[in-house]
Amino acid sequence: MIHSLFLINNAGDIFLEKHWKSVISRSVCDYFFEAQEKAMEPDNVPPVIRTPHHYLINIYRDKIFFVSVIQTEVPPLFVIEFLHRVAEMFQDYFGDCSEVAIKDNVVIVYELLEEMLDNGFPLATESNILKELIKPPTILRSMVNSITGSSNVGETLPTGQLSTVPWRRAGVKYTNNEAYFDVVEEIDAILDKSGTTVFAEIQGVIDACVKLSGMPDLTLSFMNPRLLDDVSFHPCVRFKRWESERVLSFIPPDGNFRLMSYHVNAQNLVAIPVYVRQNISFFESGSSGRLDITLGPKQTMGKTVECVVVTVHMPKVVLNANLTATQGNYTYDPVTKILVWDIGKLNQQKLPNLKGSLSLQSGAPKPEENPSLNIDLKIQQLAISGLKVNRLDMYGEKYKPFKGVKYVTKAGNHGHFVVTNWKLHNILASPFYV
Amino acid sequence: MLESSKESLKLEAMKRVVGLIAKGKNASELFPAVVKNVANKNLELKKLVYVYLVRYAEEQQDLALLSISTFQRALKDPNQLIRASALRVLSSIRVPIIVPIMMLAIKEAASDLSPYVRKTAAHAIQKLYSLDADQKDHLIEVIEKLLKDKSTLVAGSVVMAFEEVCPDRIDLIHRNYRKLCNLLMDVEEWGQVVIISMLTRYARTQFISPWKEDGVFENSEKAFYESDEEKRKSAEETKPYAMDPDHRLLLRSTKPLLQSRNTAVVMSVAQLYWHLAPKHEVNIITKSLVRLLRSHREVQYIVLQNIATMSIQRKGMFEPFMKSFYVRSTDATHIKTLKLEILTNLANEANISTVLREFQTYVKSQDKAFAAATIQAIGRCATNISEITDTCLNGLVLLLSNRDETVVAESVVVIRKLLQTQPSEHSDIIKHMAKLFDNITVPMARASILWLIGEYCEHVPKIAPDVLRKMAKTFHNEEDIVKLQTVSLAAKLYLTNSKQTKLLTQYILNLGKYDQNYDIRDRTRFIRQLIVPSERGGALSKYARRILLAPKPAPVLQSAFKDRDRFQLGTLSHTLNSKATGYLELSDWPPMAPDQSVRNVEVAEAMKEWSPAVGKAKSSKSDDKFYSDSGEEEDEQAADSGSDEEGGSEGSTRTPVCKLVSVCDRVCVCVCQQLSSPVFVPVHTYELLHRMTGKGLAAQYHFSRQPCIYDDRMISVQLTFSNNGDHTLENIHISEKTSAGQNIHCFSPIECLEPEKSVTVSMGVDFNDSTQAASFQLCTKAEGFNVSIQPAVGELLLPVTMSEQDFSKEQGKLQGMNESSATIAMTPESITSQPLHRKVVNMANVGVVPSGQNNVHRFAAKLVSSGALVLVCVVQKDSGAQLTVNTEKTIIGSMLLRELQTVLSQGS
Repeated sequence: MIHSLFLINNAGDIFLEKHWKSVISRSVCDYFFEAQEKAMEPDNVPPVIRTPHHYLINIYRDKIFFVSVIQTEVPPLFVIEFLHRVAEMFQDYFGDCSEVAIKDNVVIVYELLEEMLDNGFPLATESNILKELIKPPTILRSMVNSITGSSNVGETLPTGQLSTVPWRRAGVKYTNNEAYFDVVEEIDAILDKSGTTVFAEIQGVIDACVKLSGMPDLTLSFMNPRLLDDVSFHPCVRFKRWESERVLSFIPPDGNFRLMSYHVNAQNLVAIPVYVRQNISFFESGSSGRLDITLGPKQTMGKTVECVVVTVHMPKVVLNANLTATQGNYTYDPVTKILVWDIGKLNQQKLPNLKGSLSLQSGAPKPEENPSLNIDLKIQQLAISGLKVNRLDMYGEKYKPFKGVKYVTKAGNHGHFVVTNWKLHNILASPFYV
Repeated sequence: MLESSKESLKLEAMKRVVGLIAKGKNASELFPAVVKNVANKNLELKKLVYVYLVRYAEEQQDLALLSISTFQRALKDPNQLIRASALRVLSSIRVPIIVPIMMLAIKEAASDLSPYVRKTAAHAIQKLYSLDADQKDHLIEVIEKLLKDKSTLVAGSVVMAFEEVCPDRIDLIHRNYRKLCNLLMDVEEWGQVVIISMLTRYARTQFISPWKEDGVFENSEKAFYESDEEKRKSAEETKPYAMDPDHRLLLRSTKPLLQSRNTAVVMSVAQLYWHLAPKHEVNIITKSLVRLLRSHREVQYIVLQNIATMSIQRKGMFEPFMKSFYVRSTDATHIKTLKLEILTNLANEANISTVLREFQTYVKSQDKAFAAATIQAIGRCATNISEITDTCLNGLVLLLSNRDETVVAESVVVIRKLLQTQPSEHSDIIKHMAKLFDNITVPMARASILWLIGEYCEHVPKIAPDVLRKMAKTFHNEEDIVKLQTVSLAAKLYLTNSKQTKLLTQYILNLGKYDQNYDIRDRTRFIRQLIVPSERGGALSKYARRILLAPKPAPVLQSAFKDRDRFQLGTLSHTLNSKATGYLELSDWPPMAPDQSVRNVEVAEAMKEWSPAVGKAKSSKSDDKFYSDSGEEEDEQAADSGSDEEGGSEGSTRTPVCKLVSVCDRVCVCVCQQLSSPVFVPVHTYELLHRMTGKGLAAQYHFSRQPCIYDDRMISVQLTFSNNGDHTLENIHISEKTSAGQNIHCFSPIECLEPEKSVTVSMGVDFNDSTQAASFQLCTKAEGFNVSIQPAVGELLLPVTMSEQDFSKEQGKLQGMNESSATIAMTPESITSQPLHRKVVNMANVGVVPSGQNNVHRFAAKLVSSGALVLVCVVQKDSGAQLTVNTEKTIIGSMLLRELQTVLSQGS
């Protein structure tokens, strides 16, 4: 399975290596660098690279390449999924998954990697188990350790490893018992120039932060579970109960985890919370153009739209932009050709507007295509699909927990890569139209 | 510092050493100093020393041996974590001398009490194997032993070891097959991936193809895949194929894993369905695969590749999700190309206009490589769908005036390919391209235009010589590929229009003769001999025209994923499109089903295990009843084969035991691990068709109380036909399902039934939780009889196991309307709990809830069709009992109550 792992930063330095079988020279990474050079951008590096004797499977996350060396046949997704888990584990342990954090905690990283894989096969990937084996670093603990000489390493086998609920550690105790659930939904939509929806779908996740003592058995039910079209669960969720009763019944892991992710049927009409009027034109002569964008709230169900950011990828010939915004600020980066207009809160009375002229490279022909707009936004206290948590019941423990559910709707990054959330297509009269 | 007596200093030093290792710096000279600390008490220090040892032991073998005794001691430690980690390190030290010690340690650990240590042992097997392959036979023994392990923790790791050490020893899997299927849900995610891929291979060797009925069509015409409708129809026409229950079990137990959060698990289930499921069931994986597209970039890449392969064979699967494959401007280039590939595969007459409109926007993309790929895709659509060829051609010609060079060049190349299919109608396009020729600089495009003009010079007699004239002027500046085409053009023109071009041709041939590139010199010499008549080479030149101007077949534009399906989906080999090291070929379906009973062996064994303790209800499983179609005969067979398999000494003694069990389990099968196993299966059979009415054919039915293999909502019914007449009955089948609202899964037709013989088949009926009879027509070749199956209310249930606590909780929820109760007078004999239990489970298919009180008996079940809970509670009093039934379905509740009342008030 996974033979070795190299962590490489953007500059091309290998700053960590770990081998689970015999040692493989780091020169194997040269093939990776070759591919990286060819790809130009880090996003374009092919995830699977073949070298004469090995296969390199890599992921790019938080400005770090995780390059794993494989010698024999293995499902590539197996490796990719595992590498992402490693990255998530670093995030969990050190707060962020950056080169600095990894270098600072290199010993813990090494211990973690040692526990996560044995002979290249995943051994323990549940954060609850790992945290019992290797305690996450905190300032207090490192001070205590340096004085008393006690260690960061757990001495007994985590009970979770052996139990039927490997994701939960035993003997959890809290003075305040709380369980919070965040329902976060993302709209992914493509609109055409006239504002008609070409494509729209809603994806959501329920992230939980559960701090409950003992072995609580929770049941979460929805007012309208029929909305959910396609779901995937944390392994703790009992699938049979979901199949038969449409409730989530589970013994939660301790701490933060993603309970489920879902997809709302696209046939249900997706309410688009804002509308856009845009006019970007380039003049045939005079090497200039005009830009005029207005945003307004549409179906927001009485909630305010916040954190609105409009991003436009301008064509290469646009040298600079001279604009005025009635609300928020705009920046234009002439190198990357990206115009960012940060609006903030959307005002019902006074619609934000961005207007002005664009200067083009003189002599260059005018761009063929008008750029598309990407809009990010956020609405608090609203799940746009209308999904509502009905109730949360707890069995198995006597105390009364504090429960809370929060709803957020976003049109933003989902996961760790950017998706065009709102692409205003300009469909011109097409010669291909049949 | 390592020599220091202070532990904290040592630890600090060791941390630095590990830091060095992590950076890839050499720290091997510290080996002697580090190895001393291996016996240290501090666990963290110990771990770091282990890390160091594993890294450098291979280089310093002699010194590493010093540490071995420490590990041997640790292997006996009472703490399982320490035992396991000692084994891990011991097996990770790649020093050949210690192979025997490792072997011994593995053997011991394989029978350790802690599953965690056994898991580590499974990992160690692979390590030892890679160190010394000669140990294979011994290791296989250990694997065989560990495969029998019932712990979910071990299953994944041992299957991994199996795959690595002896993937061809399929025979080791037989006995564990059903166990693995049943455990699958509870195995950790990584193990699931490995097990599923192993089971895929296994199933391909052990079951016959569920695609049999499509087979004929598959070979004769590819278009068969075009629509699902068509396929379904044909599946219905041909006689239904009976799937091996074990095959079904695999499909059923993997299905819920499509909802896993682990993308690798989802993918492996998807490939399992793709490779094993009947064609019409494959569709359920679509949604899950599309879901994976919202995951990380790298995941998208792999999943899209697999979808691309699938979409070639089965357009229908992904067509409804076409919009998910629309390219976004932020996608990475390789993702864009894959999406394009899929869109092209999905295009058909109905959706082509949308696809083309989408392509139209892609052509304008800033990413020129992608724009070029789009043009290729348009070309492919145009050849695949003949209706739009002209539209596409026109569109492409418009693109020729595009400012971007790569776009133009790509268009030219694609137009050339398209024109080859229908050259005569498009001479104007050729003319247009000739006009553009001066402005195009990309060699491939220039070469394409030259070739076109040469090939169809008869359609453009005036322009062709002119182009050749221009080429003669610029010949020496051209790229090699253009030069070659110029020579070809010259030769072709010389043959068709020698008057105008004789001199030009000779000039070009002379230029070519002295070219730097030997390929061009070679070609020139060949052409000259061929076309210019000379004294010696006359024989060939006669045929020159036929050689050069032969009609050429049009190129086929096809997907790069066309032949990828030769690899198992989801594998590395599939991604790379070439065989990776260690890739295990997926075999074809066997033409005949191998003996199914090999998998039964384990069942016989399990029975034997608990046979002394009948009634205790604590065995892992017994699916035997579930699978066997013909009751006892099958059992005997299973038992026989079990003894055969075991062979020798034990065999003869065991057979009678097994027989005994198989007879007595009719009376009392007490297995309840999950929902699926009934507490008790009564022997009572009901008459379906009397032999007088059936003209010799008699039929009886019996509720086997097993979850139905066809559908979860169905109840499985066993039918026994016997021929009491004096002539052979042929083609017994169900023809008309007369009852409305009830789903019936028919048994496969019985070809013939000899006189005095009987046969048992099973069928599934969805009664919709009502006691209404399911009626249908039972037909033989000659006649049809109307019959009906009347379910007793107790048969509409499936037993549920729950704790007493859960029971009271659920009961609390089903109060009021949902509760019905009665008091009954009971005979004194039935005061003890055993007969009461027997009566209840005999009458209804319920599970017994373990009870703390002697006089309270609780039973739980759920309705098969709706899944609603049914709870029964009997509280015994002095002379009678209080009977309570709680369920959502009040009608069922009251019926059950009535029946129970009568049963319980009767004397035993």
